[in-house]
This record gives sequence, C-alpha cells and structure tokens, in this order.
Amino acid sequence: MCGIVGIYLKNEGLHPELGRHLAAMLVEMSDRGPDSAGIAVYRDPVAATCCKLALHAVGDYDWVSLQTEMAAQLAADVQLGVVASHAVITVDEDVNAVQDWLRNKHPEVRIMSAGSSIEIYKEKGLPREFVQQFHLHELSGSHALGHTRMATESAVTTEHSHPFSTGMDLCLVHNGSLSNHNRLRRMLRDEGVDLQTDNDSEAAAGYLMWRMREGDSLQEALHRALDDLDGFYTFAIGTKDGFAVLRDPIACKPAVMAETDDWVAMASEFRAIAQLPGAADARVWEPAPATVYTWGH
Amino acid sequence: MTAFDLNTDSVRELNQSLHAVNADSGLTPVAVTNAGGRHCVAVGIDAELEVSIEGHVGYYCAGMNKLAEINIAGNAGPGVAENIMSGSVRVKGNASQYAGASGHGGTLIIEGDASSRCGISMKGVDIVVAGNVGHMSAFMAQKGRLVVCGDAGDFLGDSLYEAAIYVRGAVGALGADCIEKDMTAEHLASLADLLESTGVDAKADEFRRYGSARKLYNFNIDHADDY
Repeated sequence: MCGIVGIYLKNEGLHPELGRHLAAMLVEMSDRGPDSAGIAVYRDPVAATCCKLALHAVGDYDWVSLQTEMAAQLAADVQLGVVASHAVITVDEDVNAVQDWLRNKHPEVRIMSAGSSIEIYKEKGLPREFVQQFHLHELSGSHALGHTRMATESAVTTEHSHPFSTGMDLCLVHNGSLSNHNRLRRMLRDEGVDLQTDNDSEAAAGYLMWRMREGDSLQEALHRALDDLDGFYTFAIGTKDGFAVLRDPIACKPAVMAETDDWVAMASEFRAIAQLPGAADARVWEPAPATVYTWGH
Repeated sequence: MTAFDLNTDSVRELNQSLHAVNADSGLTPVAVTNAGGRHCVAVGIDAELEVSIEGHVGYYCAGMNKLAEINIAGNAGPGVAENIMSGSVRVKGNASQYAGASGHGGTLIIEGDASSRCGISMKGVDIVVAGNVGHMSAFMAQKGRLVVCGDAGDFLGDSLYEAAIYVRGAVGALGADCIEKDMTAEHLASLADLLESTGVDAKADEFRRYGSARKLYNFNIDHADDY
C-alpha cells in the first residue's frame, strides 16, 4: 500500500497556495505510507538557456563548495538553494553537461530531478515530518505530485522513495507492485538506462524514460506500458505542463479524481482531495482501468 | 434526530453510539455530516435505525449492516455495504470497487455507477445499480440478485456459483461459466418487484438475465475419467 496525490491548479491565483494544499493532501495519506514521503513540484521555470536540478546528499553536505567548484569548472553561473538534505541548483549551461559533470566529479551527489521547472524532494519518515523539514507550506507552483510510501518490494531509503525522475521535467509515483521488474531492469540496463536501485517503481520510471527516448510520446509510452509492465499499479506521471494517470487493467489499487473550476486533483483516496477548497462540490470520479488520463495547459 | 459532525466528532464516537442503540433505547434517526471521505462510517449497526450521511465516504461505509436504513448523499469509496446482512443502503452518487462484497441479505441501491467487482462473492444481497458496473462484477457470486440498469464491464459473473444477474445495457464479456438465460415470467415478476421496491425507474422487460451454467463446480459423471 502507498498513497498518491496530485494537484494541478487551473486558477493561477492559487499558485502561492500549492505547497499548503499539497502538504494537507500528503499528510492525509500517512496511513497509506508512513515509511517515506516525497513530492515533485513544478515551479519557477528557468530561462531557456538554463537548467534546474534537484540534488540529494547524505549528511551535512557542503553545497556551497560544490556550487563554487561547478561555477569555476563549467564557467557557468550557478544559483544554489538548500533545503534539508536537498539542494536545488540553477545553472546557465546545458543540462547534459551539468549531469555529466556531477556524475564524474561528485558521484556522492544524487540527481533527483532535472529540467526547467521540476523539483523533486523525498525523504524517509512520516509525511508530517517531511512537510516540516522541506517547508512545504511555503512552496508556490502550478502543479505537484506527492507520494507516501509503505515499502513492499525493496528497502526503506531516500533513494527508494518516490517520485522517480523519468527524464527532463518528468517523474513517476506508483502505488502497487510490479512482478516483472527484475527482467525489465536487465533489459533497460542493456538499453543503457541508468537505474540506481532495485526498486520496482524505478524500473517503471526507467521504462517510460526509455520509451520516450526511443521516440514515443508520453501517451504512447503509457499505452505500451500496459503490455510490458506486469503487476498492480496506479501511476501518476508529472509533466512540465500537468500530469497523467494510469491504472492497470485489473485496477485493484485505488484512485479517485476530482475537478472544480480552480483545480484538478487525483489521490488514492477521496479524503486527501477533501482537504482542498471547494472539494465538497467538485466533480468526482474514479479513473477507469487501462485508460490514460492527462491534464495540462 | 441525533447529529454527528465528523469534522468535530470521531468516527469511533459515531459508531459506538450507533452500536449502543437498540429497540429499548429508542430509535432516533441519526444524521451524519462532513463525511469527508472518512473510512468505516456507520459500520456494524444492528438496529432498525435511519442513518443519513452527507458527503462522500471512504472505505467500508455501512459494512456489516443489519436492519438499518442508511442513505449516503455522496459517493462511496471501496467496499460500501460489505457483508451487509439486512436492511438497506442507498448511495446517491457512484460507488467504488467491490460494492456489496459478500453481502448476505438486505438491499444495496447505487443511483450512479459502481466500479469493478460489484457484488463479488455476494451471498444473498440484492444490489440494484442505476448506472453501469465495472469489470469482474458478481465474481464467484453465490446467491442474491445483481441488477444493472446500464452496462456491465468485462467478465461479468465469472466463476459464478448461483445468483441471478439482470443487465439492461451491454455486457462487455461474460465470465467463465456465466451464460445468458431465458427471462421467465417468474424472473420478470421478481425483477419488477425489486425495481419497484427500490424506486429505480426501469422496466423489467428491458433486462436480460444471466446466471451460472453450473459446469465449473459440478462433478460430471461423464467426465469421471478426467478427474
């Protein structure tokens, strides 16, 4: 069991409240996932010549030294923001060059997300603690996904937590368990997809990354996933412009969606959506099995 | 009228109060507001109570109900009226998966749609759905009636023991050992009674009847060598 939440704000006036609403939804899903929590928030898009990366390191990491070193060696402007165990850097440089530099020079730093507006934060522990550590209430943005994890397939660590990055400005959260993830992982590694853990959901994220690298649209990749992924899943996939939802054909794992004039939301259970303003009068429905739903602007 | 506001009263307080009620203590109707998707609202009642619930409910609302008449003015999460024994449960909106699962008796009315596995393993309950039902509905059903005024998803009545299934719209695919059967005068009368008593606006002669072919679980002497 895990909890998934997603919110997309149609009303720009609500953008400053994104983090507050996301926090309320996430905490409401604590019973479904007390092991770890994580979010992907889409906010403050950087200029076209820049890229934004969310990074994680263990312990009391010296982010300022990393910033200085990167700026000097890449001859680029590097902006740094630190929150709890994570840092967000904005670099005036090609995203691949920045990722290659980090992997070569600082393998101890884990890249959580990369793109122009996505920021992924995730950590072990109760959602309530996560919300406080990462000052979720202060976050503004257009849309966000969240996950509360009850581990079933692999260890409880930050790296095993959701969301998983699936490419530039893309991420995946998963409620369920895949049964063919070992074979999938071997195949993906042969295809050159960099998978860092033995987590089944990361394999699903890697699968989507691989399909889109091969030219599929997100929609096509998700339709293909219905054939290639074996197991139980409700997925929510964050994109630069919105989010998508997919449930497996058996659809044992719950999902509910709701929409008002101001927002679109999805969650494992309605009680998470009930935290949102106007939820009582929202149009509420259950996503059908094996059907791709997408929102965006 | 006894009132519970779930924004201030806990679900446990509500349920303990409902369990304490019996004919001697009086049967004052109960109104529950601000359900807010909470789980296990009004479960395990064993009294002829009227309970009205305002808002959407989470998992297992009205589970194990005996005698009570429960009205939910909203949608219901998974497992509404699971293992209902008697009485009635009415959902004004839609119901999520396995509505009325393993119900022994009483009536479950869903005025919207029900999703997958509606009436799974039902054991005598009557379920009337004004809209559609999802896949695997009436899976391994043993007794009772499932009435679907809209369409039914794939694998309807899969591995059916007994139970009667009536569908007015299209059926995606029939499950293993589930077949269409003749609508006899007896079945028409039974269905018309049920539609009338539940207040669902549909005519019995618009439905088709499905039931067990009785091949899956029955020993066939002609195949003795195969066993």
